Amino acid sequence: MYLLAIDWIFIIEKLVLIAGIVTLSMVVAMYATYGERKVAAFIQDRIGPNRAGPFGLLQPLADGGKLFFKEEIIPLASSKFLFILGPLLAMVTALLTSAVIPWGANMSIGDRVVPLQVADVNIGILYVFGVVSLGVYGIMLGGWASNNKFSLLAAIRGASQMVSYELAMGLSLIAVLMLTGSLQMSVIVGEQYNSVWNIVYQPIGFIIFFICALAETNRTPFDLPEAENELNFGYHQEYSSMKLGFYLFAEYINMFISGVIMATLYFGGYDIPFVNEARLATHIGENWVALLTFLTLMAKALFFVFVFMWIRWTIPRFRFDQLMRLGWKRLIPLALANMIITALVILWLKK
Amino acid sequence: MSVQLTNRSKPVDRRPMNWVERLYLVNIFKGMAITLKHFFKKKATIKYPEETRPFSKVFRGLHILNRDEEGRERCTACGLCAVACPAEAITMEAAERQEGEEQLYREEKYAAKYEINMLRCIFCGYCEEACPKDAIYLSQTFTPANYQRKGFIYKKEDLLIPNPVTDPEGYQKALGTISREKEGV
Ligand code: SF4
Ligand code: SF4
Repeated sequence: MYLLAIDWIFIIEKLVLIAGIVTLSMVVAMYATYGERKVAAFIQDRIGPNRAGPFGLLQPLADGGKLFFKEEIIPLASSKFLFILGPLLAMVTALLTSAVIPWGANMSIGDRVVPLQVADVNIGILYVFGVVSLGVYGIMLGGWASNNKFSLLAAIRGASQMVSYELAMGLSLIAVLMLTGSLQMSVIVGEQYNSVWNIVYQPIGFIIFFICALAETNRTPFDLPEAENELNFGYHQEYSSMKLGFYLFAEYINMFISGVIMATLYFGGYDIPFVNEARLATHIGENWVALLTFLTLMAKALFFVFVFMWIRWTIPRFRFDQLMRLGWKRLIPLALANMIITALVILWLKK
Repeated sequence: MSVQLTNRSKPVDRRPMNWVERLYLVNIFKGMAITLKHFFKKKATIKYPEETRPFSKVFRGLHILNRDEEGRERCTACGLCAVACPAEAITMEAAERQEGEEQLYREEKYAAKYEINMLRCIFCGYCEEACPKDAIYLSQTFTPANYQRKGFIYKKEDLLIPNPVTDPEGYQKALGTISREKEGV
């Protein structure tokens, strides 16, 4: 269907995909809050939410409802525009990254091949980094606009933490890019699809990436921007009601998306382990395989989300100087060394 | 030699950390293994409204003023409980029993007013021990919450247990288990 030389079906297809992914991220984030409470409870020998609905499954709805009905307060001394922009930006940047992720194998509807990816741009991972670094603005604006010393301090902490860990993250990633020779997410997945997963070649790189992902999503032990004991809640201290909810929600979406990205970069993306998808497709049809691959990716991502939570309830928070020392003096040199060694090995094998 | 209270104490190790320890990762994995073990352990939670936590045998809760089998108040307003009370929570006013009130009060003297300030009370149970007439007991319930301070000053009506003659069920309930043990039932 071409109207005014625009492929309308293509646009509709992408819109549906975007709506699906945004809904998915929201639902996952919603239930991640529930999951977090359950994981915390189980690790502390408790039961956790169990009153709202069977097994407390309606708890996220109750929490959300509560956040909506809470009083909305915008401090008088704050700059209102930025104050509202902060949580919005955090939310938007959290959702934007999902655009370049391949969510599963291709589907075929009629005679159309529909890739489960919103934008298969050839700078995919670069785009992710670009958007993730914008996430700093959400925290910075929130802290600045609140006109509160504690919030500002926390925002500065958050910003410096994110900037310094992004460096190590990028460096550890370069090794992966050297292996695949492409920045395109679908190519990175395709490469692992046909051979082994990147984690086999890059275990150290993955650990660095994982630690940096923890820092980027402000999860414990790197949750310095929201340290309640020294900064009494940090950058979102002045926030109330759903604006606070947006910040917290964005954190969970970030967590989910970074789980997906880690699965994509290091654990074969939507690749089902030990299964030849092409052979399976001839048996049960392409669309079912697409669904299965999507579920595989979800399982991998959710596992990472679980690990994030598991770490949160195990390790205490860093002190700020320790955090900086780890980032600059340990992780960056380690990532550099990893990069150089990978480069040397690739050169050596090519000869 | 210091006194060992448990057999779980460990000597402090002040050696400088070696390379593996300085990586921290190994110890972090150990810690995560411990928390994961707890993930599968039996939960200690008591689901409150459905299950209640059993009180210890020696639990000291809210006071009750006891009656005897015929439903007469046992307290004779001797004031021993108030004297024994370290928190000075008990105040009372005595009155003389009139003709025709024999079925109400056991002795010639009775407490016309009897108050315990639950905000002062430390639930030590001394009043219970001091009482020569088996009149005051600490039962097995908590002091319920209240909106005002004056709500915590328990009057005689709040303390006196139901009459065993007219309301035997309520009487048994208020008595709880402790007082039954004391009476040797
Ligand atoms: S329990 Fe102790 S503090 Fe409370 S009224 Fe009796 S004697 Fe006083
Ligand atoms: S409760 Fe017991 S100790 Fe207190 S005044 Fe009455 S009889 Fe005496």
